[in-house]
Amino acid sequence: MRIDIDERTHGDAVTTRAVVTGGSARPIRSSGAKTKRRWVAAGLITLMAVLSIPFVFPTLWMVTSSFKPMSEILQKVPTLWPQDATTAAYGEVFRLQPFAQQYWNSLYIAALVTVGTMLVAAMAGYAFARIRFPGANALFLVVLVGLLVPSEVTIVPLFRFVNGLGLIDTHWPLIVVPIFGAPAVLAVFIMRQFFLGLPAELEEAGRMDGLGRWGIFWRIAFPLSRSALAAVAIFTFLKSWNLYLEPIVYLSSKDMFTLPQALTQYVDAYGGPMWNVQLAATTLTVVPVLLVFLVAQKQFVQGLANTGLKG
Amino acid sequence: MTASALQAVDAAERRGPRPRRSAVARRDWIVGYTMVAPVVLGSLAFVIAPLIAVVWFSLHDWNVLANTFVFSGTDNYERMLADPGLHNSLLVSLWFSIGLVVLNVTLALFLAVLLNQKLPGTTTFRTFFFSPVVVSLVAWTIVWSFLLQADGGINGFLAVLGIEGPNWLRGDVTAMLAVIVVQVFKNVGLNMILFLAALQAVPEEISEAARIDGAGAWRRFRSITMPMISPTILLVMILTIVGSLEVFAQIAVLTGGGPGNSTTVLVYYLYQQAFRFNDFGYASAIAVLLFFIVLVLTLIQWQTRKRWVFHEN
Repeated sequence: MRIDIDERTHGDAVTTRAVVTGGSARPIRSSGAKTKRRWVAAGLITLMAVLSIPFVFPTLWMVTSSFKPMSEILQKVPTLWPQDATTAAYGEVFRLQPFAQQYWNSLYIAALVTVGTMLVAAMAGYAFARIRFPGANALFLVVLVGLLVPSEVTIVPLFRFVNGLGLIDTHWPLIVVPIFGAPAVLAVFIMRQFFLGLPAELEEAGRMDGLGRWGIFWRIAFPLSRSALAAVAIFTFLKSWNLYLEPIVYLSSKDMFTLPQALTQYVDAYGGPMWNVQLAATTLTVVPVLLVFLVAQKQFVQGLANTGLKG
Repeated sequence: MTASALQAVDAAERRGPRPRRSAVARRDWIVGYTMVAPVVLGSLAFVIAPLIAVVWFSLHDWNVLANTFVFSGTDNYERMLADPGLHNSLLVSLWFSIGLVVLNVTLALFLAVLLNQKLPGTTTFRTFFFSPVVVSLVAWTIVWSFLLQADGGINGFLAVLGIEGPNWLRGDVTAMLAVIVVQVFKNVGLNMILFLAALQAVPEEISEAARIDGAGAWRRFRSITMPMISPTILLVMILTIVGSLEVFAQIAVLTGGGPGNSTTVLVYYLYQQAFRFNDFGYASAIAVLLFFIVLVLTLIQWQTRKRWVFHEN
């Protein structure tokens, strides 16, 4: 879970070096041993390819099945590729629910939560790491309690609280609670770890140039923390994008729904899922994030693995 | 920096070195408090206060629909002791956690070892194994429930092989198995990366020396690699257990806690008590129990982490 960023970069450096030296450092073997090694390698690659199936196939099949007509989905022997490709399901996605609105809801909530968390966590992380003020440790402990509390533990009091404020079926609890509450704590922790490692000379230089604390934070520390901020941004966005318990507790009208909640609503009159429509909607939800992941893979892997999305 | 702040610095400077330092320090305090204020106030409002409230609520008989809120002492806790539904959910959570940890950690370690072999294509396979992590949880679960239907993709594939697959989500054992497997494939990539980092930190020289001494691959792995990464294994296990207690969306979407209540884990039972049966008092008592379980596990984790850090040094 929380391997610090610098430790991780160190780990990556080790990989690169190991890969570079791996080939040449080995003693030259006899051709028999070489052939054997090649067979072992081929076997291991095949094994990895087979193991990839449960990881990749569901997503691929989701995409292809979303282009199948319902009759083809219900066939006894499943088809890998749509034989009679149609985009009808995609039309249904938008006809049955205000899907564009729901998509927008998820998008803007996740964006606000991400930006808000980055700002709030960077400030608090900086102050806890670099500024000495009375009670800092005690306050940090208060904040850390949030790491101990699963959202299910506080959902009843929070529901009551939100209800008391008349904010049920609004997006307020989905925006404000994550930015300031328990989900932000990990972000604060990561930012603090980063700022602890920031060389004091940089701040001194800023002070020489006549910058005050805020100036040092905004002009020097904040821009330097890009790698940690990227990690925070990625896991915060995904957490908000995937939030499920809170939306189903707080929201009740379809116009307000977020995506995870909306996806489960594509059912027929008997409560049975309309598979092709549901898969079309999940495709629309999943594919953009996957594409971003493929582009910024390194940041994703570091951001998520180091910061302990659990389970 | 604002003009007035600059003036204050100027004024402080004119007053000589000593008072200047303390004035700057005090202004630093104010900046410090201002910077942490959002998170501290947020934690008080959205973590600490709800935590106190949930304990308080757990001492009450509180039905939302009937609008009753009566102090009932430890009634809810006594009810927990006698409630077979709760006992069932604790047992279900236990099975789920054990199954998840065993499968997840074994598979994660296996994948990490494979990826650590520096074979061609490793980067692509790493991407494959990691990709479900970024797939929306509910979407992933929906796709798997599609695959796991009685006439779904998995049974269709088995039928091609001449095997008649069970109705996975309708049998007690198979439903539990399905929930575990779906969750394992979703997030095993994270643990895999942690193991991979640990494996790459193992110095190659030791392994190489053992190889020259004639130790086989399995022997090297068991006697050198395993002990060296054991702290990571322990850490990953505890993290996975804590994470497994918070599994909600998967259960809600895949099985709805069923068939019967065979996959009703603790958090799902809590959710049902609160938002299906409107029994906020009892749900709060369950929340307190959940909190204590997570607390104990986290304390163990911190203990382990300390040892882990020590080991790293």
